[in-house]
Amino acid sequence: MEGLISLAVKSIFIENLALSFFLGMCTFIAVSKKISTAVGLGIAVMIVQTLTVPANNLIYSKLLKDGALSWAGLADTDLSFLALMSCIGVIAALVQILEMTLDRFFPALYNALGIFLPLITVNCAILAGSLFMIERDYNFSESVVYGVSSGFGWALAITAMAGVREKLKYSDVPSGLRGLGITFITAGLMALGFMSFSGIQL
Amino acid sequence: MQAETKKVLLDPLVDNNPITLQVLGICSALAVTSQMSTSLIMSLALTLVTGFSSAGIAFIRNHVPSSIRIIAQMVIIASLVIVVDQVLKAFAYDISKKLSVFVGLIITNCIVMGRAEAYAMKNPPLESFWDGIGNGLGYSAVLISLSIVRELFGSGKLLGIEVLPLVKDGGWYTPNGLLLLPPSAFFLIGLMIWAVRSWKPAQVEKADYVISHAAHGEAH
Repeated sequence: MEGLISLAVKSIFIENLALSFFLGMCTFIAVSKKISTAVGLGIAVMIVQTLTVPANNLIYSKLLKDGALSWAGLADTDLSFLALMSCIGVIAALVQILEMTLDRFFPALYNALGIFLPLITVNCAILAGSLFMIERDYNFSESVVYGVSSGFGWALAITAMAGVREKLKYSDVPSGLRGLGITFITAGLMALGFMSFSGIQL
Repeated sequence: MQAETKKVLLDPLVDNNPITLQVLGICSALAVTSQMSTSLIMSLALTLVTGFSSAGIAFIRNHVPSSIRIIAQMVIIASLVIVVDQVLKAFAYDISKKLSVFVGLIITNCIVMGRAEAYAMKNPPLESFWDGIGNGLGYSAVLISLSIVRELFGSGKLLGIEVLPLVKDGGWYTPNGLLLLPPSAFFLIGLMIWAVRSWKPAQVEKADYVISHAAHGEAH
């Protein structure tokens, strides 16, 4: 239990997907102009991450891993090279299913989050969540915790970024730095801030 | 035809750079640039994947219904990335360990998808191939110049060979540790965008709000 809590804190603050691994940067920069849209995208990422990381964990450990097919009498088969393909397939399929489910049963939620869902399939934070899970060999309960908390960390980062940018639009930035340039420098300062968590030991 | 090839190949280097202007493929640009060797391999991998996936997608562009085109593109891209990943694991295991998940993340690199959607779906294979290579080179240019700054001033080396002798080994150069940390890549890209836009003012973005001169005058 203690291990899981420390994993959660670690993946929210210390190893924040957006600010220390720079994942999902394209959407992070493009959709962080307003707090309301940033929160919407953050929630969508969190939901998708919570679903896909455990799903990929099950598929990887029961079907693809070296020796995982021993129940079918294929103890020598190692399909782990297919992990990339299966991860992206699972993500695309789950996002599609989520979109259809929301559309059918929760129209209000669909209206709020619907436009973000297609963006999420190609968001590297989602694929990276699954790949980190494979690389670090998480078990199922760890993968659930990792999925939720890494998604939450990303949502936190993009919301904070949008807050800064909303204030920043009134400031007088040198013309070459306007827009993209100053956004990068802001993100850099935020990443420095998040690095102060790195001394925390749990 | 020649002119078109040259244009699609050279345009993305500065005028329409995928990173500094189109804001695509930033994730890996930031994450792998603390050493030059990793960013060289990453640039090579991405350029090849973009080139060949654009060519492959252009080959089948008239046979794929538009409703499933994203999945078809994904399958082509993912297969190429798996090949690159396996080749790296076989012949450059150390580098592949250092790049960890970032090779796999070429699948979701927006440059690859972006070129597939924007160019390869409308153009014949050969031009699409050069367009992919050109955008890959634009990406490589940014990646390699970032990594030169970060490795040279962060650890006094280039490709692992000592260039600036460090103080702790009896030399004179005190390395700037900040450059090895992740946030420095943000600052460097921000400054690089500033430099490119001062050189090519056409790329400057419009301001959301302009401080009015009337209000300015009152304040004085």
